[in-house]
Amino acid sequence: MTAPARIRTGSGEKASWLLEVDAMTVAFGGVTAVDGLTFVVNEGEVLSVIGPNGAGKTSAFNCITGFYKPTGGRVRLDGTDITGMRPARIAAMGVARTFQNLRLFGELSVLDNVRAGMHVRIKQSAFDAILHTPRYHRSEQEATDEANRWLDFVGSRGNRYNEVRNLPYGEQRRVEIARALAREPRMLLLDEPAAGLNHNEKEQLLDLLRRISDLGTAVVLIEHDMGLVMQVSERIVVLNYGKEIADGTPTQIRSNPAVIEAYLGAGDDVEEEAEKIAGLSDDQVFGQGEGEQA
Amino acid sequence: MSTDRTNRPEQPNASATNRTAPDAVDASAFVNAVDNRGDTKVALAGSGLAPGKPRKVSPVSRLISHPWFGLVIVALAVALPFIDSRAYTIRISTDALIFVMLAVGLNIVVGYCGLLDLGYAAFFAIGAYTSGVLTTTFGWPVIATIPCVVVAAVIGGLLIGGPTLRLRSDYLAIVTLGFGEIVRITANNLEFTGGPNGVFGIPDFGDFGLRADIATYWIVTVVVALAVLASARLGRGRLGRAWRFVREDEDAAEAMGIHTYKVKFAAYVTGAIFGGLAGVLFAVHQTAISPPSFNFLYSALILMAVVLGGMGSTPGVVVGAVIIALLPELLRGVENWRYFVFGVLLIVLMIFRPQGIWPHRVGETPAKVRRKPMREDDVEVVP
Amino acid sequence: MDLEYLLQLILNGLFVGSFYGLVALGYSMVYGIIKLLNFAHGDIYMLGAFSGYTLLTIGAGVIGGQASIIVLVVIMLIAMVLTGTIGLILERVAYRPLRSAPRLSVLITAVGASFALEYGIAVSFGPNPRVYPVGLGNESFTIFGARLTYAQLAMMLIAVALMVGLDQIVRRTRSGRAMRAISQDPKACLLMGINVDSVISRTFFVGSALAGAAGVMSGAYYGKIDFLMGFIIGLKAFTAAVIGGIGNLRGAVLGAIVLGLLESFGTAWLGSEWRDVFAFGFLILFLTVRPTGLLGERVTERV
Ligand SMILES: Nc1ncnc2c1ncn2[C@@H]1O[C@H](COP(=O)(O)OP(=O)(O)OP(=O)(O)O)[C@@H](O)[C@H]1O
Ligand SMILES: [Mg+2]
Repeated sequence: MTAPARIRTGSGEKASWLLEVDAMTVAFGGVTAVDGLTFVVNEGEVLSVIGPNGAGKTSAFNCITGFYKPTGGRVRLDGTDITGMRPARIAAMGVARTFQNLRLFGELSVLDNVRAGMHVRIKQSAFDAILHTPRYHRSEQEATDEANRWLDFVGSRGNRYNEVRNLPYGEQRRVEIARALAREPRMLLLDEPAAGLNHNEKEQLLDLLRRISDLGTAVVLIEHDMGLVMQVSERIVVLNYGKEIADGTPTQIRSNPAVIEAYLGAGDDVEEEAEKIAGLSDDQVFGQGEGEQA
Repeated sequence: MSTDRTNRPEQPNASATNRTAPDAVDASAFVNAVDNRGDTKVALAGSGLAPGKPRKVSPVSRLISHPWFGLVIVALAVALPFIDSRAYTIRISTDALIFVMLAVGLNIVVGYCGLLDLGYAAFFAIGAYTSGVLTTTFGWPVIATIPCVVVAAVIGGLLIGGPTLRLRSDYLAIVTLGFGEIVRITANNLEFTGGPNGVFGIPDFGDFGLRADIATYWIVTVVVALAVLASARLGRGRLGRAWRFVREDEDAAEAMGIHTYKVKFAAYVTGAIFGGLAGVLFAVHQTAISPPSFNFLYSALILMAVVLGGMGSTPGVVVGAVIIALLPELLRGVENWRYFVFGVLLIVLMIFRPQGIWPHRVGETPAKVRRKPMREDDVEVVP
Repeated sequence: MDLEYLLQLILNGLFVGSFYGLVALGYSMVYGIIKLLNFAHGDIYMLGAFSGYTLLTIGAGVIGGQASIIVLVVIMLIAMVLTGTIGLILERVAYRPLRSAPRLSVLITAVGASFALEYGIAVSFGPNPRVYPVGLGNESFTIFGARLTYAQLAMMLIAVALMVGLDQIVRRTRSGRAMRAISQDPKACLLMGINVDSVISRTFFVGSALAGAAGVMSGAYYGKIDFLMGFIIGLKAFTAAVIGGIGNLRGAVLGAIVLGLLESFGTAWLGSEWRDVFAFGFLILFLTVRPTGLLGERVTERV
């Protein structure tokens, strides 16, 4: 990979890099899912990672969050090397994520799901729980209040006391984001949050992403919905076959020939994809799912 | 390389399977399973997000989950010797209570945390033998052996948990099975555990001027009641939630900063302590212990109680344990038939009612989780 | 230690290992294909022994007291069909309805199935051990001073023949290719028009038949059978499968031989009362040090 790629962040002063991914590689047998990926995430920015199916976006997330051990390269969070650490430790350092396929605790209540995010902050020992000390009651009450606040924040309207799997899909997506937010992350990684959402829900998601960003949280977004990506991202990283092929502002990416090439090469729906990348303007209403665009 | 679009996240509903296999008219159950579960290592009970029918809470379930119900049961148990003080009644009631303690202990491991332990009787044996040997060979009073029992049980839990907790859960099941055999055979082979004859002449806690068996019965009642309460409360607290998170989805739990090994360890060790303490009660009650009391059959019966009652549901497990413990008394002389029926029952339960007879209630009662009234603009003051 | 003794220990290990191998193969096959730990597999072995017993009892008048190897092989083949069918039914009745259920439920079902088979036999044959109506001669010969009976040799040969046969089936036939394919990617198999369910049924049949064969041989060799005889060997077979790398068939055989040898030497060293402790201790150790087994490869589970 071209080394200078990492300097392309216009505003990026070295001190403000929150996450630094440096020549990260991960291979499974013969497949190199991520190949020498290098990029940075600044404090509080919204960055999108895009690329055709199988480009290695999810694998990159999994390496950053510790679920896969990179076979090469380093990942640094705020200057600390986190390569190969346990996911739990990385999460405790302020990195929260959602999964491409919903991974909620299906049989638990909605509130419990969100409480999971605060788990590491709840001050309560096993003895407090057994003896029902005042500390137990206080910490439980706080956890419940906070869980409710986060659910309100993401605009969840479903029944919070019952099993999360009984909620409609869109609601479940929201709960997953609420759970990640309850971790109070410095950086939130969202893997295709708009997938399977309808037009309305996507609009609400856009609003939510902006509000999350306003909290000062950095957001890294994997998304196939180009409209959404173009509207919300400050910067975009494009992957193809595990390699980074572009890194820049939405405007730069839209006119980048390598990106258009990648999408043209990857899909059979050539025109569509080309239009998706090149044709959208920043303020165009997004929401066209794949295949809907004329 | 999958460059197709079937990789898209799927709606967690039944139609998902139709979408992914449009040409397969009658999609194989197995493939559906793979679809639903994904090829992730969704942990144990983490069935992904299958739609699941909203469970109705039956009035019975509500009744036995009520705190008052527990109090009534404890009161009845304490009053039992006044109602029927025959030695036989006291003996089988003590047995049943000890079995209840084992079941709630195993419930922590299997029900809360979703780890299948098929050698739970090993911890029971460790407790009974530690206490038995220290009292008979070294003349300690039973009470004084308890710290040693806890330490021994914890060590046992660490020994068995350590190597296996980072492996797939099915390995844990079979390793615990092997561990159960190791403990039993070791007890059978060693000199100081009395070999095949075991340990006998174990003293009791003292009779406090009462009939000895009734004194033991009351002590057992108090200990078991406290154990049941402790396990129920643990299950609702922070640690208990972490157990359930791990049971539902280990990856998602990790992503939330929950160190899953530690959490599983905690479940294992807590379960071991419960089992060890039950072993002390057993040793005192029986006055003699020998290896065959701790065979696989016993572990399987404890598991049966947990599954029958409802994994993760304390009241259910207590009721399940009482049923399994007292059934032999009602069906004397047909042991093998009984075990055969147990086996079939396990299969039938798993297919038709995996949540057990009295399942755990998921729903939180809004009254209990008092909500501060919230105004629209409260949203801003997110922590 | 003199060389003859060493050789004797090795032969003993190989002999026991060939039993473990036959049972471990079924364990490993089923695990490889549907990731199910079939606890009841050891009990299928027990059922094999009891099928053989029943067949021999029925035919006792015809056969006479001393069974020839030919008769035994015929009995074994019939017993294999019987146990294979039982395995197939077991899968249909107990496991198939739970394919999409949480793993814990499936494991518990397998425990239930094991219980049901064991005590089903205890109910129908009585809980006491049964004695095989025919025995195998114990004429023996010596190689380099180590003793081996002809019966032992014949059994090892049969075991090897069965293993080679299985290997050929899995490697060369359409069925075998389907099995391997399903263990890789069941969804793709379905889309390719492979009848996944029927392949799984066949896997159960073949695995159970092998366990049944081992059951008949052990009944004929040791003479005594009881309804709990499958419990320990099930555990041992699992250990063997893990040592070899679970899901890997050649690994299962390798693991079984390693386990047989380990036990043989362990017994000589510690005494036979510690044999099982030694084996299970080794299982735990192995899982700690190399959970993927000797021939298994490390895979990153998808997140
Ligand atoms: N655990 C794994 N084992 C083997 N191969 C894997 C694993 N995880 C990912 N891969 C492979 O790595 C490649 C990249 O996959 P990845 O899921 O990262 O792509 P993606 O960019 O997220 O695609 P999509 O847009 O479809 O989600 C694919 O070829 C995939 O099959
Ligand atoms: Mg992806």
